[in-house]
Amino acid sequence: MFTPPAIQIKDCLFRYPQASDNALLQIAHWQVAKGETVFIHGPSGSGKSTLLNLLAGILLPQQGKIMLNGVELTALSHRQRDAFRAQHIGMVFQRFNLIPYLNVADNIRLASHIAKQTGDALQQRQLQLMSALQLDDELLLRSAHQLSVGQQQRVAIVRALINQPALLIVDEPTSALDSDARDSFITVLLEQIAALRTTLIFVSHDRSLAGHFSSQLAINSLMAKEAGYVN
Amino acid sequence: MLIKLAWKSLLARRISVLLTILMMTVSIFVLLSVETIRHQAKDSFSKTVSGVDLIVGARTGQVNLLLYSVFHIGTPTNNISWQSYQDIAAQPVVEWTIPLSLGDSHRGYRVVGTTTDFFTFFRFGNKQLLSFQQGEAFHAPFETVIGAEVARQLGYQPGDEIVLAHGLVSTRFSQHADHPFKVSGVLAATGTPVDQSVYVSLQGLEAIHASWPGGAGTDNIADLQPQAITAFMVGLTSRVQTFNLQRQINEYRQEPLQAILPGATLMSLWGMLDSVEQLLLLIAALVLLGALIGMANMLLVSMRERRYELSVLRALGYRPVFLFGLLQIEALLISLTAISSAFISLQLSMYLLRDWLLQEYGILLTRLSIINESLLMLPMIVVASFVVALIPAISAYRQGLHQQLTL
Repeated sequence: MFTPPAIQIKDCLFRYPQASDNALLQIAHWQVAKGETVFIHGPSGSGKSTLLNLLAGILLPQQGKIMLNGVELTALSHRQRDAFRAQHIGMVFQRFNLIPYLNVADNIRLASHIAKQTGDALQQRQLQLMSALQLDDELLLRSAHQLSVGQQQRVAIVRALINQPALLIVDEPTSALDSDARDSFITVLLEQIAALRTTLIFVSHDRSLAGHFSSQLAINSLMAKEAGYVN
Repeated sequence: MLIKLAWKSLLARRISVLLTILMMTVSIFVLLSVETIRHQAKDSFSKTVSGVDLIVGARTGQVNLLLYSVFHIGTPTNNISWQSYQDIAAQPVVEWTIPLSLGDSHRGYRVVGTTTDFFTFFRFGNKQLLSFQQGEAFHAPFETVIGAEVARQLGYQPGDEIVLAHGLVSTRFSQHADHPFKVSGVLAATGTPVDQSVYVSLQGLEAIHASWPGGAGTDNIADLQPQAITAFMVGLTSRVQTFNLQRQINEYRQEPLQAILPGATLMSLWGMLDSVEQLLLLIAALVLLGALIGMANMLLVSMRERRYELSVLRALGYRPVFLFGLLQIEALLISLTAISSAFISLQLSMYLLRDWLLQEYGILLTRLSIINESLLMLPMIVVASFVVALIPAISAYRQGLHQQLTL
């Protein structure tokens, strides 16, 4: 049975409308297989965050195609891309993942609500994810701003995985954590996505983390690949 | 989810939100008060006199005649002679007349000299007749009937004796202390200037003035006949005759007289006040507009600190239109809260200020509830808040559409 690649980018060109020439992302071809975990590194300003916004369907390239799981993201409408993101993409950022005034349960519900998930299976998943990430159930009713940074990041993972996304995009999630917390965070994260067969794009400038992942990639090398199709 | 999010987000910023609600409440309160007072005053004014076809007095402004004869506001410029009054009262089309003689006062309340016809023929509101809450009409020259408010404020009961003062200011020197009047009855409350008046017979009034320096000496009080009265009210056998008689009176040869139609003159009086009313309403509306802009500003400023929030929502797949809705719901919650608290405060203050308004301004709050016309204003406030909240809501929408997820 043919499984489309999790990510497939072809002849993609993105340029910020008002920006100068160097604010440019150009990818001739890039493909990530389903279930892969990719570590992307590069200096700040190298276009990492632009790439993530393109993958999330927030930005659209001026040229080229972006396909996720065989769906051509670049051909969808605004509304369809937002719905696609809600259903199939989980995101975890550096900080500020949670709405501070909502409790943990409501923060998670924000994700399941928009993806129209309800019922016992959802409850089960939430319990399972909470315990896997060593989050006590009583935290559910605590306001997000009362949690430690480490707890907040783990809740963000629960929320990102609650809809069982095909793609998880994680942007510098460990920069606010100390090194012990960082390692356990990555270990737990990888365990969970392995179980779901979720594809992971992990962006960081900290190359010491690269060993955890199935492949690593410098953002510059992604851009350098000229029109020759390289996998 | 949307409403929950909006509600919790407002709670998280409760101090600035509370101040905004307070600002809105005050302005809506002002607007509703102006509107309510406007309607109630109009209501109360137009109910002051009814069933009277003509009011006749010395030649002066129409409104002026109405004001002093009915509302007891201002002072008459001239009297009319008893002879002319008798002459007109004898016309066949005249069914009844009520003479009015003004000029004295009792502790700040106007004294009106009249006849018992006043209690028989005067009507107010929806053609209601006067009724007695206690006692009965005056029968002797030195008896008096007092309005409900006079009785309540001064604590008078039938049988009490009161002393009238010459003119409107009660000084020791101008008291008619040698001729006290005995209260024979107290009228039921009407919500009109009647409540604030003291009624005596024309003979009684004449008697106290007869013994006054410059007055004629007197022997037999009951035979006294006033030289002049201030004005009189006329009821006709047929209303068709109204204009006819009005013309006759206005062309009366012996004396310059004037007859007015109370209803029409009330209308023109109201017309004069209309522009003031409109101005008040305009000011109130501008105050509200200011408050609404303040609310929009509060929401707009909050967007800066909520940049992350909006970004998180976008990352989760919420559409820009959701952010628009979020801001609009927040504005709606603020304005609905402000509307309800303004509504409650208005009800409360109407209840508490009722007596004061009646006493100071003669405005009777006939209904202790907000009038329908003012209720119509509430959806308009909601619409206005929606329109003004478009500014932050559209800004949130645009931010959602264009902002990248860089957290």
